[in-house]
Amino acid sequence: MSDPSTEDHDPTVAFEAAKLGVWTFLATEVLLFGALFTAYTVFRMKYPEMFRVEHAKLDRVLGAVNTVVLITSSLMVVLGVDAIRRGKARLFEACFGATILLAGVFLCVKYAEYTAKFHHGLYPRTNLFFSLYFMMTGLHGIHVLLGMGLLSYVVVLSRRGRLSARYYTPAEMSGLYWHFVDLVWIYLFPLLYLIG
Amino acid sequence: MAHGTATSRWIPLAVFAALLLLTVVTVLVSFVDLGLWNVVVALLIASAKASLVALFFMHLKGESPLVWGFALVPIVFLALILIGTLTDTMLR
Repeated sequence: MSDPSTEDHDPTVAFEAAKLGVWTFLATEVLLFGALFTAYTVFRMKYPEMFRVEHAKLDRVLGAVNTVVLITSSLMVVLGVDAIRRGKARLFEACFGATILLAGVFLCVKYAEYTAKFHHGLYPRTNLFFSLYFMMTGLHGIHVLLGMGLLSYVVVLSRRGRLSARYYTPAEMSGLYWHFVDLVWIYLFPLLYLIG
Repeated sequence: MAHGTATSRWIPLAVFAALLLLTVVTVLVSFVDLGLWNVVVALLIASAKASLVALFFMHLKGESPLVWGFALVPIVFLALILIGTLTDTMLR
């Protein structure tokens, strides 16, 4: 351990460094979404009546369904990381596979919602509320899409036998990102669908 | 040891159940007109859910003060941005 070259490659140190890297990235993500949350707060305080009327046009049942879908997908990530920590690669792949599937369900519901809104003539340009709605859920949707790609990549790594109980950093780090995507929706859902 | 793993395996499921319960509660409360309190209750429930996800799913609970710092500093900055912007737009 006194040899600095081995210390550099200490897997625990590498794991901790990767974790800090992800948390730093998530910090920038908080501020990215934070700008939109700030815009939401400012306009909501300026035009409370418009927000009250417009938010009722969203389907809170579909919003709630998607909340449950994302929460379940997060649980699957937790179970998946737990599985790979115990060296159970097949179980890990099944859990992350379920997460990717649920992410797909989330986007399908989102697609149905967007289609219904367009059908009723509600577009991003319609008013400030719908501008914010489409911006915030759209940016979040992009994160869901990227998450699906990221999690798929980690499943491929596992299929190639690259993950084990000793090395599961990609699973842990992509999991952290996915929980963050879930966390953003936990705020988006009440702010847009429930209290407008 | 075996008992320890068995208990820790229960935690995600308990957190999951709590998250589902809070989702149902926040939807039900949204149908009741509480005036301004609707916003307060919705944000409190959302923050409770977010805390559960961060503490247990992202296992912030067992993390070092360094990781806690990385997690909390952006929230402080977000608060500064919000307060700064609102004092401008509200008092203009």
